[in-house]
Amino acid sequence: MIIRHLKLSEINGSLVALDNVKDASNEEIVSLELADGTKRLGRVVKIDGEKVTIQVFEGTRGLSMSNVTTTFTGTTMEIPLSPEILGRTFDGLCRPIDGLGEVFPDERRDVNGAPINPVSREYPRNFIQTGISSIDALATLIRGQKLPIFSGSGMKHNELAVQLVRQSTISDSGDFAIVFAAMGVKNDVAMYFKNSFRDANVMDRVVMLLNLANDPIIERIMTPKCALTIAEYLAFTLHKHVLVIMTDMTSYCEALREYSSSKGEIPGRKGFPGYLYSDLASLYERAGMIDGVEGSVTQIPILTMPNDDITHPIPDLTGYITEGQIVLDRGLDYKGIFPPVSVLPSLSRLMKDSIGEGFTREDHPTLANQLLATYAQVQDAKALASVIGEDELGAEDKLLIEFGKRFEERFINQGFGENRSITETLDLGWELLSMLPRNMLERVDDKTAEKYYKGQESKE
Amino acid sequence: MQNVIFGINGPVVTVKGSTSLSMLETVYVGEKKLIGEVIKVDSDFTTIQVYEETASLKPGEPVVSTGMPMSVDLGPGIIGNIFDGIERPLTAMRDRFGAFIGRGADFSSLDGGKKYQVKMLVRDGDKLKGGDIFATCPETSVIEHRAMIPPALSGEIIEAVGDGEYTVNDVLARLRDSKGNVTELKLSQKWPIRNPRPVVGRLPAVKPLITGQRVIDSVFPIAKGGAAAIPGGFGTGKTMTQHQLAKWCDADIIIYVGCGERGNEMTQVLKEFSELTDPKSGKPLLERTVLIANTSNMPVAAREASIYTGITLAEYYRDMGYHTALMADSTSRWAEALREISGRLEEMPADEGFPAYLPSRLSEFYERSGYVKNLNGSEGSITLIGAVSPQGSDFSEPVTQNTKRFTRCFWALDKALAYARHYPAINWNNSYSEYLNDLSDWYSDNISPDFMKCREEICALLLEENSLMEIVKLIGADVLPDDQKLVIEIARVIRVGFLQQNAFHKDDTFVPIEKQYRMMDTILHLYRRSKEVVERQIPVSRIVSTGIFDRLVQMKYDIPNDSLDMFDSLNADIDSLIGEILR
Repeated sequence: MIIRHLKLSEINGSLVALDNVKDASNEEIVSLELADGTKRLGRVVKIDGEKVTIQVFEGTRGLSMSNVTTTFTGTTMEIPLSPEILGRTFDGLCRPIDGLGEVFPDERRDVNGAPINPVSREYPRNFIQTGISSIDALATLIRGQKLPIFSGSGMKHNELAVQLVRQSTISDSGDFAIVFAAMGVKNDVAMYFKNSFRDANVMDRVVMLLNLANDPIIERIMTPKCALTIAEYLAFTLHKHVLVIMTDMTSYCEALREYSSSKGEIPGRKGFPGYLYSDLASLYERAGMIDGVEGSVTQIPILTMPNDDITHPIPDLTGYITEGQIVLDRGLDYKGIFPPVSVLPSLSRLMKDSIGEGFTREDHPTLANQLLATYAQVQDAKALASVIGEDELGAEDKLLIEFGKRFEERFINQGFGENRSITETLDLGWELLSMLPRNMLERVDDKTAEKYYKGQESKE
Repeated sequence: MQNVIFGINGPVVTVKGSTSLSMLETVYVGEKKLIGEVIKVDSDFTTIQVYEETASLKPGEPVVSTGMPMSVDLGPGIIGNIFDGIERPLTAMRDRFGAFIGRGADFSSLDGGKKYQVKMLVRDGDKLKGGDIFATCPETSVIEHRAMIPPALSGEIIEAVGDGEYTVNDVLARLRDSKGNVTELKLSQKWPIRNPRPVVGRLPAVKPLITGQRVIDSVFPIAKGGAAAIPGGFGTGKTMTQHQLAKWCDADIIIYVGCGERGNEMTQVLKEFSELTDPKSGKPLLERTVLIANTSNMPVAAREASIYTGITLAEYYRDMGYHTALMADSTSRWAEALREISGRLEEMPADEGFPAYLPSRLSEFYERSGYVKNLNGSEGSITLIGAVSPQGSDFSEPVTQNTKRFTRCFWALDKALAYARHYPAINWNNSYSEYLNDLSDWYSDNISPDFMKCREEICALLLEENSLMEIVKLIGADVLPDDQKLVIEIARVIRVGFLQQNAFHKDDTFVPIEKQYRMMDTILHLYRRSKEVVERQIPVSRIVSTGIFDRLVQMKYDIPNDSLDMFDSLNADIDSLIGEILR
């Protein structure tokens, strides 16, 4: 028997409260029917005896205490899944919006997922060639990794993401899929991604979830959960290699903050709820591979750092969970360098075990190490030059400045359509290092130098 | 009267009315028997934190009392295993639930079916007290398990069995106390995680924990029984440093607690530690390691419990007379779990939303470290090394600040060093160790009488370089006088050749303390000899152009750990080079 509740006892922001509810369960999905027949979905977030607090996904606009009929569905939030979802477009709650009708489910799955047992995980070790030098050489992407792009408003993170999708050889067999989750992005950004997928001829492998900037904010909280549930289904049930792009995580976190404050929770830093870390972790940790199961979930979340501040809670907490980060730099962007990857703070935690002999090439770790160390010295030289002027610098520092310039223009900079193989990238790195005398390359051992270094032994 | 659920808010569940439940008792919540702990009792409500996901719980479902505080099973089978935050074996969970972690059902922590070759040390009639060892069995090929009388008991042994094969649940003997009460003695016992296990007393911590990491052993050493904090923003190498310590430090047993961190990292530890061999025993490192994995997406309440579980296991092995080391990565996640639960309880927040009891909880935890005399007369120690992940890399936040108060070693990781790929990125200017005085006798007795003098000189040179760099940043290095140029050159050798250490190089990943001393000695030797040259008004560049500085930078790779006599010839080379310049 389904009990329908005819009244609400309280409406506050996106939350409504009901009294005299006997049989609600935590996280249960409820359907709210308005007097005009439209339906909205909500989720039980708090139970106090017979008083139940419900979060309404589509917002509470137009609701009054008396015009709503509430029905408890008895299940937690589940979405329909079948192989046919490939190529489809959904809204933020995984309802079709492409006019192709409902999905006939093979199975339904709880969007909250369950944590992967650390014992069952397979440690990711497969290098993904992205064709982008700065990433391949210095912050290598690994299959099953979560590697976010830290960007700022107005920078070219979308172009970079598209280039990653287009050039990444994510699977050996070609059986890959892309799950694209848009949270609070503008309509034209979503269009840009859609067109890019079409141009790259991958549209039939893409699942799109769109919660655009003008869509209800509370729905946004469910969007990444739905996207990752789809990704897990595609990866671990259909055994595909799945790349998940989530943009923009900043909008997601702000939606969470709005929801938390309307619930009256005690705020942490900058008003974000104290559980922001756990919440983000429950999303990012869904990337990975399972021992003995073909398929993988690789995540590339994109977030725009408010005011380019990397210590803001959103990039900060993200960096603590993800396995590295790709940081974009406004200075490079102004110089017209694409992709404007700031290589020093960028990092891939998984690359240490997945590059070098047997994976990419034996000189890769040494080269990466030396390039970064030298580029860090370039920054010191630049700082000195800005005080005393470039002309006053010593010979070594002048050489460093020249190296820095070429490194940015030739190594970091590459065309939107340019796809460099790992060999090309590594050779280019050695070519640049060879303009420095051998004694400035402290991280390079003699054996590697003999094979790859083409510069002079010493400046003298 | 049966207790039933009244309210649910995230991981916090309330039961209405006064109940018989006692504070910090373990309870089973709901039909699925989720594990929970009572955290607040008043006349209106009993509040329970649930260690598992609470989705689909309903009001009216039962809450069952166990009568026990949150406890862990202690016995053979712990070492080499991987547990979640409340000591449930993850391998057994995989066998039951598959790749994803399911809910409910309690697992026994120790494998009840496995038989151990037990050697009995007591006979009927022996009088024993708490902590005394009554039987031993090999737990792994390197660790002997010593079964002890639970600390509160004492009395006379009756019905002792003979040597043989027994499981953790078999009764090996009975103990009759002075009142005639009889207790069964088994290989395993239970202990509540929030209570420290008793000891006779504390002993001074005067022996260093040798880690094979130069910047730690030689510059900022930690004592066995000490406590250290490793704070650092993301990407500065906290986890890498913890892994290096867990791999190479000379404790007998390592407890590695992955508290709210990445799943892949735990997988990596598990894999790597079963492949790597311990330099001392030649056996896989996993045979002396316990892993506790409560990754960031596993329930937050269990994360709060995980470090207590870890330290209780450490205390148990300490009581047997072992030196244990506990790595907690990261205590900030634990503090955040505290904050999250405190928020759900609507407690008044203090600094940055953390509860007011954060400092007292931290001090309780760190005070469970120490070098102690055990109840059975043996000596053991727990060294605590806690990683701290300060928000926004800001060391003034509450967790870092409070941790600083209760630890005596502070290894501050630095973003700038990490960006330049200088690992371990421990900043020598704002790290410190308060154990130096306690340990100086050990270093002079066991390594060299002038070890501490060497260390001081090295530190002084680094300090001088730091102040010289201020000038160099303003006007460039060319204008410095030659003696200061020499300091800059030699400090570069110290930084690149000594402090920086390559975790992926087979010799450099672990460096014996003797070699560390010889390296310092050689660097200082070069410094002293070069000073003679500079005093004769000969420019430093003459020495630099011989390449001797670069040879010293490379000596960590060029001189294998077992051929320390090569340092003699290196010193001789320095002498002849300098002699030639001076001629």
